[in-house]
Amino acid sequence: MSILVFAEHDNNSLKADTLKTVAAAQAIGGDIHILVAGSNCQSVAEAAAKINGVSKVLVADNAVYEHQLAENVSLLVTELAGDYEHILATALTTGKNFMPRVAALLDVTQISDIIGVESSDTFIRPIYAGNAIATVQSLDSKKVITVRTTGFDAVVTDGSAEVVALDTVTDAGNSSHVSDELTVSERPELGAASVIISGGRGMQNGDNFKLLDGIADKLGAAIGASRAAVDAGFVPNDMQVGQTGKIVAPDLYIAVGISGAIQHLAGMKDSKVIVAINKDPEAPIFQVADYGIVADLFDALPELESKL
Amino acid sequence: MKVLVPIKRVIDFNVKVRVKSDNSNVDLANVKMAINPFCEIAVEEAIRLKEAGIATEVIAVSIGTKACQEQLRTALALGADRAIQIQTDLELDSINIAKLLQKVVEEEQPKLVILGKQAIDSDNNQTGQMLAALTNMPQGTFASIVKVDGDKVNVTREVDGGLQTVALSLPAIVTTDLRLNEPRYASLPNIMKAKRKPLDVKNAEDFGIDLTPRTKTLKVTPPAERKAGIIVESIDELVEKLKNEAKVIS
Ligand SMILES: Cc1cc2nc3c(=O)[nH]c(=O)nc-3n(C[C@H](O)[C@H](O)[C@H](O)COP(=O)(O)OP(=O)(O)OC[C@H]3O[C@@H](n4cnc5c(N)ncnc54)[C@H](O)[C@@H]3O)c2cc1C
Repeated sequence: MSILVFAEHDNNSLKADTLKTVAAAQAIGGDIHILVAGSNCQSVAEAAAKINGVSKVLVADNAVYEHQLAENVSLLVTELAGDYEHILATALTTGKNFMPRVAALLDVTQISDIIGVESSDTFIRPIYAGNAIATVQSLDSKKVITVRTTGFDAVVTDGSAEVVALDTVTDAGNSSHVSDELTVSERPELGAASVIISGGRGMQNGDNFKLLDGIADKLGAAIGASRAAVDAGFVPNDMQVGQTGKIVAPDLYIAVGISGAIQHLAGMKDSKVIVAINKDPEAPIFQVADYGIVADLFDALPELESKL
Repeated sequence: MKVLVPIKRVIDFNVKVRVKSDNSNVDLANVKMAINPFCEIAVEEAIRLKEAGIATEVIAVSIGTKACQEQLRTALALGADRAIQIQTDLELDSINIAKLLQKVVEEEQPKLVILGKQAIDSDNNQTGQMLAALTNMPQGTFASIVKVDGDKVNVTREVDGGLQTVALSLPAIVTTDLRLNEPRYASLPNIMKAKRKPLDVKNAEDFGIDLTPRTKTLKVTPPAERKAGIIVESIDELVEKLKNEAKVIS
């Protein structure tokens, strides 16, 4: 039984999330291969070869995979699928984009966002914004799965897998990349941070997010946001934490001026320790917070920064 | 050009669902239902394309029991021209939904199919991509801007690192993200008018597709409860607790 894991990367470096998806593959059990699809992505292949428990790295290095367009990548993965019983990708925007295409091309359904493995065909996944947890058995012969990283601990990187170059070029020819507008930040990524401080509508405007900077600096934290803060244009979309944004589970999550709607909680309630700063003592966020402080954030944030 | 908008009837987003005591599923008895918020954004986008003179006809389609006609009427009230209900009492897996939609696409030949990126009940985020694969169309998922330009469409997508814009040749599939638009409310006259707009009912069994389930839900349980925390009285106390009790900062 073999498992193919799709590597998350930006052509330069392997995303650490892949190590968690490999952990899910190990829980399923079998010979694990990694697919690196990109352009000029040899450094990613080298990093992937070190992932513990991986026996082979397949590298499809071609311009058609540079931006990992779903149309092209799904054809590649489908072509390789014959050798595998399980195909796994990380449930981030790349995997979410192309994997259901793979499933459809293979005439199977996809098991999305698993957080646990019961057996090689039975998986655990949250539904209804995490308000229910389903145990789902796949009845398809091939399993196409996306893995939610908060459900698995990263494997170590002390391996040395064989690296095999693929010469398959699958170009659907019906889509092309136009441009990227990526957020540049010195801070850790939301998915990788052990501390996150997030601001909500209570922050009032984008400028006030600076009040989170000093605290984030001191704690080495990533900065997140609620949907309301993103919709209002305070901060960019990639900062949204929640059911339909990023799912995070850091050691410490500090929610500032966030009410605690179901959809926000869905993205952060598996954090180890939750702190809420809110001036409304009735805010639902206090029901999930380990430590709550009822205060005006404009007083609380400067004081917190000075006392850290 | 025709725009097809598949929509789903789901639990209202404000309702916190409960799990049945026998752990067989969630309990939807007497729960408020609504059009999936992302599908509502899809309907809005299609109507705006029509108002801009780009779309000529907007067709809403939903697969489910008769109850989903309520959401189709909502789509009609918002401005869709006609609706199709594909009747089934089965809870279909996404692949089977996509196969039924593929048949509708073959029949209607839309230039653009706009779907919600995910349904807030199953949280799957699959159907649009699957439909794209089955119809061999390109896809612009998690869209925050959709610009139709002749025989192609430019879609700006919300991705992990920020935004990405792709160009797709038409016909194409778009799935909506939250920032694409802010859906309008249906006015009372439009709600009345919607009652007279055409709504076709078809049977899922008549499409000649094998709808055998691909998954089996073995159980549904409530999530682990977080144990109740405390309210601290001061920032000093907070910092002390985080250092010495929770040990998450040093
Ligand atoms: C389909 C769908 C998907 C969604 N997905 C997401 C998602 O992924 N992520 C997400 O976050 N939301 C999501 N939402 C939105 C969600 O329902 C809420 O609307 C949103 O989370 C509210 O954001 P908020 O808490 O910042 O704003 P509000 O609910 O307005 O809360 C603001 C809070 O700030 C407090 N406050 C105000 N001023 C101060 C002050 N000076 N000091 C201290 N506290 C103050 C207030 O007491 C209040 O509790 C989604 C909704 C839908 C329908």
